[in-house]
Amino acid sequence: MEKLTGADIICECLIEQGVDVVFGYPGGAVLNIYDSLYNYSDRIHHVLTAHEQGASHAADGYARATGKTGVVIATSGPGATNLVTGIATAYMDSVPMVAITGNVACALLGLDSFQEVDITGITTPITKHNFIVKDVNKLADTIREAFYIANDGRKGPVLVDVPKDITAQKAEFVNKPIKPHNPAAHCTLHQDSCLEKAAELIRESKRPFLYSGGGVYGEEGKAALARLAELIDSPVASSLMGQGSFDQHDPRYMGMLGMHGTKTAAEALKNCDLFIGVGTRFSDRVIGNPKTFAPNAKVLHIDIDPAEINKNIKVFHQVIGDSTDIMIKLAKIIPQQSHPDWMNNIAEWKKTYICEQKGTVQLDLTPQYLMETLDRLTDSEAVICTEVGQAQMWAAQYYSYKHPHQLITSGGLGTMGYGLGASIGAKCGQPDKTVVNIAGDGSFHMNLNELVTLSKHNIPVIELVINNNVLGMVRQWQRLFYDKRFSQTTLDRPTDYAKLGEAFGIKTFIIDKKADCEDILKQALEAAKTAPVLIEARIDKDINVLPMVPAGKSVTEPILEIEIDD
Amino acid sequence: MTQQNVLSVLVVNSIGVLGRVAGLFSRRGYNIKSLNVAETENPEISRMTIVAEGDESAVEQVVKQLLKLYDVSEVKILRDAVCREHIIVQAGNSSASRQPIIEIANLFRAKVVNVGESSLMLELTGEPEKINSFIGLLRPYRIKKLVRTGISALERD
Repeated sequence: MEKLTGADIICECLIEQGVDVVFGYPGGAVLNIYDSLYNYSDRIHHVLTAHEQGASHAADGYARATGKTGVVIATSGPGATNLVTGIATAYMDSVPMVAITGNVACALLGLDSFQEVDITGITTPITKHNFIVKDVNKLADTIREAFYIANDGRKGPVLVDVPKDITAQKAEFVNKPIKPHNPAAHCTLHQDSCLEKAAELIRESKRPFLYSGGGVYGEEGKAALARLAELIDSPVASSLMGQGSFDQHDPRYMGMLGMHGTKTAAEALKNCDLFIGVGTRFSDRVIGNPKTFAPNAKVLHIDIDPAEINKNIKVFHQVIGDSTDIMIKLAKIIPQQSHPDWMNNIAEWKKTYICEQKGTVQLDLTPQYLMETLDRLTDSEAVICTEVGQAQMWAAQYYSYKHPHQLITSGGLGTMGYGLGASIGAKCGQPDKTVVNIAGDGSFHMNLNELVTLSKHNIPVIELVINNNVLGMVRQWQRLFYDKRFSQTTLDRPTDYAKLGEAFGIKTFIIDKKADCEDILKQALEAAKTAPVLIEARIDKDINVLPMVPAGKSVTEPILEIEIDD
Repeated sequence: MTQQNVLSVLVVNSIGVLGRVAGLFSRRGYNIKSLNVAETENPEISRMTIVAEGDESAVEQVVKQLLKLYDVSEVKILRDAVCREHIIVQAGNSSASRQPIIEIANLFRAKVVNVGESSLMLELTGEPEKINSFIGLLRPYRIKKLVRTGISALERD
């Protein structure tokens, strides 16, 4: 039988797993892998980023946009540690990713060799599992296992560390399916009796609240959720990660729930008698004070991860398993419900609690107007990536998502600098979609080096920087809770966005008043059909994200106004 | 209510598995009182006996989180089990203390495994309470060194 080098085995395994694009950055310990990628370049497209962190976010964004596993390759030592933020981001948001790192040769391991780092040790708390491969004969099965683990049950990142000599040694290679060595432990699935009890709770409920998270996947998941909402006759809210799992144009939709959720969702939460959480982990950013969460309701929790049950809040009943599967099964055993009074309440609240942003005399452009215009011009169909902070929340609040994971954002880890890399991956995975990264000027400056990746590979992403010259979210907290002591959050950086864009070879647009917004956005969208564009949208530094629930306070009582008197 | 729980955990003998399990306890804030690990009859599988402190919901969480580790194949909270601990202790401050120490050893059916000029080395296996009272009785004769294994336990069928 023909023998292949470890590096070739890695490439063969990637192809076997259906991988056609990888993100990465070469270096000493992965020289053999890159030498092999040179041969496989017709089947595996490698996207070279400016920094390994960008590559890790790109693999993550690719995975979220396609539902496939994202793959990132980096060298040992600093290459590997530069992946850490990207891996942790993927871990917190349950994104399937396989990170392949090189390491020093086996004989040099543990000797503090040049560019050596214990990356499996470092990433143990932020991966579902990781491996170091010290026998080339085990390399192929290890990579297969990595892909299996990344996608099994609740998804997440897996790291495979391969010492340099292993990539040079040869072993026999045959294509074969994945055989996990320890599959039994992770299959705690629901019983039919659990479904019966869930159906009973739903039948008894007069004021149900259906709530969806990032665990609702794909058009099938969306259809199952829509069917369930109709059958239960329930209003629906989604978490940040669940944006788009329910069509936001549907009158049942109440908006986001949580720290920056809508007042309607908060009122419904206060008054509901059954809270049904689907594919969600009840993050502290959603539940606020767990003691006052859904005070009059029983909580029914549907999720694939048993460890999420009773972790952050005590639930009344749970059904463990694939969310789509469970929703379809439930829909078969629940007769049509009708709650006209409850649905009327919701409709009334939606009319009453409208949060309208106002601009200032100097800068009349508001993020709300900007996002709503973008929403209209892209027919709510663009893939929206975000950085983290105010701009992220505005992107979540004011764009009307239609598809699960259409909003690609770092919800759990809250990684500033995530979005630009993620948008590279998203565009590679969804080349026919308009991809926009919504950034604040703070996050933008963290990883703007990846602009060069956009222009070099001509990846037509729209990088939309909402520039308020401050770290707006932190400033907002300082205004509310730190007596307006704006410590280190007033950026006022001299960055000239037009020149910056030009330097990277990217066409740049500047929006500084509301009247120009639509026109310039149209031009930018047109230009972005063939090339990346950069937009700087200037807004006032004191526009806040509202509604807002202070950390640890009751989600049912959001702040609707913040006084700006200076 | 905080209580002691004895967990029996079967793991695949892979690189770093002890670190993964121990790391999970520390980063989730669960206290390990003792941890005991060695191969089973199958050299590819090890059994860990972990004594952990925590209330009911903390223990529920720790079991679920352990089950999420890829190398963990079984986790049981032991209720009806044989629990044993092994101790080796060196005690004694003069030749005069030798006789009373031997008496204590006999009382507990501990074995004298080494005799020095002024001290004795003893070994004993038993339930943790028995080990504790053994240590308590030896204390007046000056314990020079001591090692205990922590509980290892097997569930009764």
